Amino acid sequence: MKKRYQALSFWKKTAVNLTAVLVVYAAIMGLSAVGIVNKYYMGILLSTCINIILVVSLNVTTGFLGQLTLGHAGFMAVGAYSAAFLSKNLSGLPDALVFILALMVGGIVAMIFGVIVGVPTLRLKGDYLAIITLAFGEVIKNVLLNLDIVGGASGYIGIPRYSNFSWAYWLAVLTVGATMALINSRQGRAIISVREDEIAAEASGIDTKRFKILAFVFAAFFAGVAGGLYGHYMGILEPKTFKFDKSIEILVMVVLGGMGSIRGSVIAAIILTVLPELLRSVASLRTLMYAIALIAMMLFKYDPNLVKMTAKVKNKFRKAGKSA
Amino acid sequence: MLQFLMQLINGLNSGSIYALIALGYTMVYGIAKLINFAHGDIIMVGAYVCFLCLTTWKLPLAAAIAISIVACTLLGIVIEKVAYKPLRNASRISLLITAIGISYLLQSSFQLIFTANPKPFPTIISLPALTIGGISIAATYYITFLVSVILMVALHLFVQKTKTGKAMRAVSEDAGAAQLMGININKTISITFGIGSALAAVAGILYCASYPMVTPYIGSLPGIKAFIAAVLGGIGSIPGAVLGAFILGLVEALTKAYLSSRMSDAIVFIVLIVMLVFKPSGILGKNVKEKV
Repeated sequence: MKKRYQALSFWKKTAVNLTAVLVVYAAIMGLSAVGIVNKYYMGILLSTCINIILVVSLNVTTGFLGQLTLGHAGFMAVGAYSAAFLSKNLSGLPDALVFILALMVGGIVAMIFGVIVGVPTLRLKGDYLAIITLAFGEVIKNVLLNLDIVGGASGYIGIPRYSNFSWAYWLAVLTVGATMALINSRQGRAIISVREDEIAAEASGIDTKRFKILAFVFAAFFAGVAGGLYGHYMGILEPKTFKFDKSIEILVMVVLGGMGSIRGSVIAAIILTVLPELLRSVASLRTLMYAIALIAMMLFKYDPNLVKMTAKVKNKFRKAGKSA
Repeated sequence: MLQFLMQLINGLNSGSIYALIALGYTMVYGIAKLINFAHGDIIMVGAYVCFLCLTTWKLPLAAAIAISIVACTLLGIVIEKVAYKPLRNASRISLLITAIGISYLLQSSFQLIFTANPKPFPTIISLPALTIGGISIAATYYITFLVSVILMVALHLFVQKTKTGKAMRAVSEDAGAAQLMGININKTISITFGIGSALAAVAGILYCASYPMVTPYIGSLPGIKAFIAAVLGGIGSIPGAVLGAFILGLVEALTKAYLSSRMSDAIVFIVLIVMLVFKPSGILGKNVKEKV
């Protein structure tokens, strides 16, 4: 199955993917029309799509560029607030147009913040970069808490509820498509080369600074769009939604899906959004499970002893499968 | 003037708590090259253990403090052995993610055990206030300051004068060469985590003496601020951490008093950003050139 898919030409692959996307969309819309998927489930699906956008975009900086960012929720907040501000203050245009404009503005403002965060961090790497993005995220949250024009700590209310599943779904598809296009392009390969070996990349004539900024701006834009979707879905925005924990939640999804894997990001976003909703009764265990998942992922991937052990177990299964 | 002096005292108080935490960060970073995100949560564990000893088991204060220090020391060593040691050769990013995982693990497991409701921390310092020139200084303030200064001096002497301290400095300078000279790296790293966590336990108890509430999340904000202090002073440098912590405490107290009490957290983070952008090595940090 996988081999046959990979043998296809680019256009055929795209056609297969598009068909799959359409079939899933038609199935969900059909089930919703019949009433099997009720409003509550549609809400979960919508949040899933928002999370897919967030996770895939964070994967561009953390997975492909290889720079740990801990402030993704900050970009989301900037996008959410600026989009909401626009759609609340813009009247006289059709709803759909206002919404598109709001999402664009949310994305672009987040992008500007991506540049603001990206440029000074060029000199830093690794731990320091992670910390400075954390600091930026916290500054954004704290400023929003004290910005009375957008409601401050009591929240920004009365945002028109334009978001629905279709918007979120197609925007998620667009994000995944754009990210795949970026990663498979010349620029994308340059971004990956920064992760693999920054010095070697620079020596090969790659303008590493430019591609770092590119990755940052790309990720920030889509985080802003996701924020816009979120705000217009909830109808209210509170700064505390965008605290450090939110950034970590997105990061957990990236790590679980696999850093540098778009497909993994999508799957992880789906599982980690749907599962906690279905397991409401054990909601208090959620962060505990996140924590254990993070540690276990890292240990199983890098601990030499555990790596050996899993390889052994895998081999056994393979042998058993062959002899059977 | 009086108000200014009061703010200075406030700043010194939070500064000395930050300093105790920042020392743990900076020592661990110096030796293991790891930002131990879980360090802030050790404070919380220390506070809870002390709280349990005092309220549930009704132990005397000295025993409670001792138990909480021992518990945190062991916890620090266990965390290092279980989660960080296997990843010593893995990429920095995966170490950082593991540290974040540990931090969340501690927070959420304590939330399951003790619920998220804040518990009132018993009064542990009931000495009279000190009055100097018309300013009365509450007992918690001068005790906190004194305890921190004594511990800092003790740590300084330990690192500079003892053989173990010498080993710690050697490992942070060049782990490979230190190993060739017969220094047991694993043991040294364990000791470093142990000392850092013990200091965090003291910080946790002192923090709760000033702000008498325990929740599973009390550690995260002082933890992050202490980390900022460590970066400010130059991460990896012990005097730097102390200097950074006092500067941060004063900046925070003065912004709260004169600029905006609501924006003080944002300003602290902006200080960090400015510092990282212009001098990432910190005030007393060494500039390390990158070699190909």
